[in-house]
Amino acid sequence: MSVAAEAAKPAPARRFPGPLAGALAYMAAAALAMLAAVFLPFDDYILHILVETATYAIAVFGLTVVLGLCGQINLAQAAFFGLGAYAVGLGTADLHLSFWLALAGGAGIALVMGACLGMSTLRLGGHYLAMVTISFQQILTLVMINWIAVTHGPDGVGNIARPAWFSSGHGYLGLCIAALALVGYLVWRLPETKLGRSMRAVRDNELAASVSGIDVYRIKVAAFALCALLGGIGGGLFAGGFSYVSPDQFSFAESIVFLTMALLGGVASPIGALIGTALLIVLPETLRFLKSVPGLYLAIYGLAVILIIRFMPDGIWGFVQVYLRRFMKPAAFARSAPELVLVPAKLEAESALEVEGLSKHFGGLKAVDSVSFSVRRGSVHALIGPNGSGKTTTLNVLSGLYTPTAGKIALDGHDVTALPPHARTAVGLGRTFQNIRLFRSMSALDNVVIGAERPGHDLGQIHAALVDQARAALAFVGLEGRARDPITSFSYGHQRLIEIARALAGNPTLLLLDEPAAGLNSTEKVELRGLLKRIAGEGLTILIIDHDMALVSDVAEHITVLNFGRRIADGVAGEVLRNPDVIAAYLGAEPDVAHRA
Amino acid sequence: MDLVLQLLFTGIGIGAVYALVALGFVLIFRATNVVNFAQGEFSMVAAFIMVVFAVDLGWPYWLSFIVSLGGMALLGALFNLGVYYPLRNRSFLPVIIATIGASIFLANSVLALYGPQPQVLQGWFDTPGIQLGPVYLDSQYLLIIAVTIVLVAFQYWFFEHTLLGKKLQATSQDKEMASLIGIPVSAMIMLTFVYSALLGGIAGILVAPVLFVSIQMGATIALKAFAATIIGGFGDVAGAIIGGLALGVIETFGAAYISVPYKDGFAFLVLVAFLIFRPQGLFGERVAEKA
Repeated sequence: MSVAAEAAKPAPARRFPGPLAGALAYMAAAALAMLAAVFLPFDDYILHILVETATYAIAVFGLTVVLGLCGQINLAQAAFFGLGAYAVGLGTADLHLSFWLALAGGAGIALVMGACLGMSTLRLGGHYLAMVTISFQQILTLVMINWIAVTHGPDGVGNIARPAWFSSGHGYLGLCIAALALVGYLVWRLPETKLGRSMRAVRDNELAASVSGIDVYRIKVAAFALCALLGGIGGGLFAGGFSYVSPDQFSFAESIVFLTMALLGGVASPIGALIGTALLIVLPETLRFLKSVPGLYLAIYGLAVILIIRFMPDGIWGFVQVYLRRFMKPAAFARSAPELVLVPAKLEAESALEVEGLSKHFGGLKAVDSVSFSVRRGSVHALIGPNGSGKTTTLNVLSGLYTPTAGKIALDGHDVTALPPHARTAVGLGRTFQNIRLFRSMSALDNVVIGAERPGHDLGQIHAALVDQARAALAFVGLEGRARDPITSFSYGHQRLIEIARALAGNPTLLLLDEPAAGLNSTEKVELRGLLKRIAGEGLTILIIDHDMALVSDVAEHITVLNFGRRIADGVAGEVLRNPDVIAAYLGAEPDVAHRA
Repeated sequence: MDLVLQLLFTGIGIGAVYALVALGFVLIFRATNVVNFAQGEFSMVAAFIMVVFAVDLGWPYWLSFIVSLGGMALLGALFNLGVYYPLRNRSFLPVIIATIGASIFLANSVLALYGPQPQVLQGWFDTPGIQLGPVYLDSQYLLIIAVTIVLVAFQYWFFEHTLLGKKLQATSQDKEMASLIGIPVSAMIMLTFVYSALLGGIAGILVAPVLFVSIQMGATIALKAFAATIIGGFGDVAGAIIGGLALGVIETFGAAYISVPYKDGFAFLVLVAFLIFRPQGLFGERVAEKA
């Protein structure tokens, strides 16, 4: 394999000596690779392979973003690659534009197309996206072949120009390596940025991401557009490298090749992308005899996809990383975690939450039927009721996962009835789920950092401040010592605490807890009770749903009782629990039995 | 007017093929919650088996047909064992990627074995067709429409009026509950794959005399069938049929009045229009989110 591409590779692995040292090492390696590209005496054949590897790898980085980080599929990367390539080809050969202008134009067209395609489909499930991207790919191929007046049809575009300073093979390879190194660096750093963290959150759990304040749809569109952009850049550089492009180079089969490259190397990291790309470009060159049978190559790729998915889902780099991790322990935190400060929100309204005539009907079923209650600032309010009484539906309407059939919800004086979940989080809503929803591929710390950087919670977007806040929240629930551990290594009870910490880190105005005691053993329940009292002690307003009457009567000052979707009692805890209707509802005695039909 | 009737007939004929493949899509989707991206390749492989036996080896048409369907049943079973079953507990993304891999594998294996030349398969009947007033009824299109009607009727009877059909329905609605009441879920899923491979195969054999038998036919048919399921409402059986017919008609008229080279693009445009304006399709319920 190429010296140049190899040299660029190892740097990203060493990330623990600190980001600055890592960046310096990376830059040194990239500079070395560029020097090698310019001065080593490669022949034309080697130069071609290296340019192909570098430009393809840029496009495969796009898949690292969309598939690896954000969990969305794109089966049209060759189409975006083709858009970039045709823009440079037609731009320089027919329109006599400068190479740079054509490259920027191609990248821009790919970006816009990607964004439009994503916007039309990403609200729906992944199946739609897969099929729509295949369709887009085929349409683009049809256009390239049939719109002869512009694209030259099946003949392709020749005489593609290179930029003046990089017209030699070596010079152009240097340019491609530089682009590869730059894009690779950005993609490598992306997971640690807010955008990248949001993408990972969306991939792991869309629902949890949205209640953590992430606009899931926008993040998906952004990831998809970014992927298309990288495809366009890679394609533009590719066209300059080969001076001739034709439609068959950007067919659906090539999209599958891109996908195989990403999967083989490891879809989670740009290093994997580079490994996969290099292997799938060099291997076919060395096994040329296979090319004598048409179709054999792609048949092997198809088989490889199935086998990789089944036996090596993290790809080659994922496999190697398992061993590397053993030698790289994360650095300890330089100082101890700060105290968690839960600032009770600006006093805008007397009640933290005001619910008026809230209804949610599913067809004929009135799951919630004109329920009203208000949660006083600084209090612990419980919403209870027997199974099927509409508690969780109410909570889902409150957090915006369901749109109410009727009624009004005001959070801290703001009408949030029409807002989507992430916008309610921005207003100050935090919540946990009955069946825990954490971002399972991340560490406890990363989970809580996502909670801390919710919109509307201004920590100045400084990473250190976010980490401090997240560690403080973890310390508050007693798990700061294991901040860097992956979620999957925590017990069920601890995962619930991390979920609470994630909500706390955003310093919400109102914390919604959906059956926090469910599934906990008795010791854990005692600890939870203590934790809830401490949260309440900080002045945070809590709305809790639970079946555990001991817990509810211990922590709640105010209780609202639902039965068959209707409010049957509301008031101070002690009185409500003595209310005969409430007792009847729980013990299943008369008058309420008649309601069931 | 005559042209309109003629196009309508052709459109319904080709739409019936999309409907059959779409039906296979829907059945697998309902049983496994997975969209099988290799569904179109079932049609392609079946058509090639027909070409091998009926054309190259000169076997009788009916015997080749039976061999071809046998091959499809086997392919459906192997597909389940090799592609779906090992990944059944993973999220949907690995599974659809694996079915895409399988699609590429099947199409290109046939290419490697048979070569790139499109093949011609004769129709079932010697009579090319009949003239009915202003409309010429091609015998193969008549056959396609008839077979589709019979298969849809059979499927309705099978799912609504046989115990096996009810077990399959139970499996598709709630796998856990089905296994708790003693339904062998794995066997039901296996049966679903075999049945939808057969459906795809029949569609492929029926459409082969109308189109050329080519490596690309699988991908083309799959795309149309998928668009049909979206038009009809995802996961809805009646929707898949009506969506398929509608798409066939739209495409035929589009090719006649707008552009022939872009014929295959109309499906995409209709697909995107539905995704934007009516993603639940003609008959689908709006899917409620689960918290």
